[in-house]
Amino acid sequence: MRARPLRGPGVRHTWIPMAVAAVLMVAISLVALCTGPVAIPPSQVLGTLLAHVPLLHFHTDTPAIDQAIVWQLRAPRVVLAGLVGAMLASGGAAYQGLFRNPLADPYLLGVAAGAGLGATIEIVYGGDSSALLPVFAFVGGSLAVAATYLIGVAGGRRAWGRSIVLAGVAVAALLTAIQTYLQQRDQEQIRQIYDWILGSFSVASWSDVTRVLPYIVVSAAVLLAHRRMLDVLRVGEEEAGTLGIHPARTRLVVVAAATLGTAAAVSVSGLIGFVGIIVAHTVRLTAGASYRIIVPVAMVGGAAFLIGADLVARTVQAPAEVPIGVVTACIGAPFFLVVLVSRRAARGVGVGES
Amino acid sequence: MTRLGTVIRLAERRGARDAGPPGGSAVVELDALTVHLGGRAVVEAISASVGRGEWIGLIGANGAGKTTVLRAVAGLVEHEGAVRLDGKAAATMSRRERARSVAYVPQSPELPADMSVFDYTLLGRTPHIAYLAVESSDDLAHCTRLLERLGLADLAHRQLSTLSGGERQRVVLARALAQEAPILLMDEPTSALDLAHRVQTLEIVDELRREWGLTVVSALHDLTLAGQFVDRLLLLAAGTVAACGTPTEVLDESVLSAAFGCAVRIIRTDDGELVIAPRRSNGSSATPVCFVNPRSLSPTRPPPETGVHDEEAR
Repeated sequence: MRARPLRGPGVRHTWIPMAVAAVLMVAISLVALCTGPVAIPPSQVLGTLLAHVPLLHFHTDTPAIDQAIVWQLRAPRVVLAGLVGAMLASGGAAYQGLFRNPLADPYLLGVAAGAGLGATIEIVYGGDSSALLPVFAFVGGSLAVAATYLIGVAGGRRAWGRSIVLAGVAVAALLTAIQTYLQQRDQEQIRQIYDWILGSFSVASWSDVTRVLPYIVVSAAVLLAHRRMLDVLRVGEEEAGTLGIHPARTRLVVVAAATLGTAAAVSVSGLIGFVGIIVAHTVRLTAGASYRIIVPVAMVGGAAFLIGADLVARTVQAPAEVPIGVVTACIGAPFFLVVLVSRRAARGVGVGES
Repeated sequence: MTRLGTVIRLAERRGARDAGPPGGSAVVELDALTVHLGGRAVVEAISASVGRGEWIGLIGANGAGKTTVLRAVAGLVEHEGAVRLDGKAAATMSRRERARSVAYVPQSPELPADMSVFDYTLLGRTPHIAYLAVESSDDLAHCTRLLERLGLADLAHRQLSTLSGGERQRVVLARALAQEAPILLMDEPTSALDLAHRVQTLEIVDELRREWGLTVVSALHDLTLAGQFVDRLLLLAAGTVAACGTPTEVLDESVLSAAFGCAVRIIRTDDGELVIAPRRSNGSSATPVCFVNPRSLSPTRPPPETGVHDEEAR
């Protein structure tokens, strides 16, 4: 008798959460492209987008000024927010799996503190041009995680997860202290530093997109490819080893990918918090507990979430902009409490368990 | 189990015993296996071999080295001496290759609370799935058949945290069996189970071993069950082999008393099975407990009032 495959609850309909996330992403993107000081109807937005598809030779009668608004101002902003959201959400999901800790987010190992210090150094010492700011932020974030990783590994392989998280806390504290010191010494720049820390897509351009795209694409591809490995690692280092994988090597690859992608993302967006936690947990609660589903769905859902958050950030107090970090935190903090309460209520498990 | 069934099983086992090692085709070979943990030799120069389709039970007091031997075979601890799997030096095998030939059921497996039984079983397919690939429909079908075979099909969608102890043990076994490894290592597979579930779990292992020709090495606390199920026993004391042989050879009052540092009584039932019972130092039994340094293995014999009659067992 040929066995009919039984599949896990989240496995049977993998396409449903993915489809919901994708529809949300497209719908929110379209709203974001239409909305702004100048309202542009969806038909003209679509016409403009089609006109920019190579080889299609689509002709639109949308006024040139509206085309410029859609293509030069709003589209890069939507795309950049989508890329950053996808990266932060999937990086968060990957870290939660890797460290078997539901509180893990992509900033766990100090990438935010390192990027913050790098950005502050550039703003304080870099002169008027801020062209190098993303480079400094990227390098700062990557170096911080490398330091955390080396210290954590030196702390012993057995307690890998714990020692590396503690190392992350220490490295982040040290770098934040240095960053605060630099910032206090140079109070004229304080507003610029805060603007960067709270995050914004207000100056997003296609050049920002092309700058971070390679990192985010590579890193997202690596995380996607490791989605099943994240499930395997959930049984712990030793048992995962008896299943034929090298846990330490696998973890290093995932950490490296998540770090490069996250550092690239924050270098153009600033430190946007909570995306990695809320999106991953929403997916976990609705689509199932397997990382085979969580990673890809969180990627698309994270893009939808951050495009939406950016839309709120630039419309709620128009013409002024609210920092996007404020928007995500305002949604994220209450949501996070709800997740915690529901997890405890549902299974009576502690926060540390995953 | 009917009386007839027991007789047949015993007869079959005796047949397997005669064909098995020492001698025959050894699937697991330990050659002067020594393991140092924290600067102390936990396992010292153990040599043993396990034949194809054989079930070997590791017995011995806590700390005698049972778990360490299993972990060495599974490739989880560094060791001196050689471990050969199916004639091949384990040290030269890749992790993946090793995972295809040895499946390991730890004593306290890590069970992710919200993972489904099916997804957990699927983890066992890891050595057969390319590193960055996802499971194929064959892998899914394999796990489905396995869960049905183990009577777990109805639990496939349940989260691991909602299972009873007996169900958990079977699910962990399912994950190990999903590896399709010819060698199954189990560390105290029944220690958390009640009597009925202990027997049930071991019966399943025994059935599958016969069906699929598995070679089983398991550490067992329950000496009576060990005597009922395994082909040969390896009695460890302080990291060395204190005795090795058929259950009737090893389950001897003086040998066990010396190795466990506690007086035991061996009772033979009507159908020839051995029951190992401790003797209390006061109360019903008059025999005092003898505390023996296991390493010395001095034969402090308790009085032979209910002695074993080896002739009967032959």
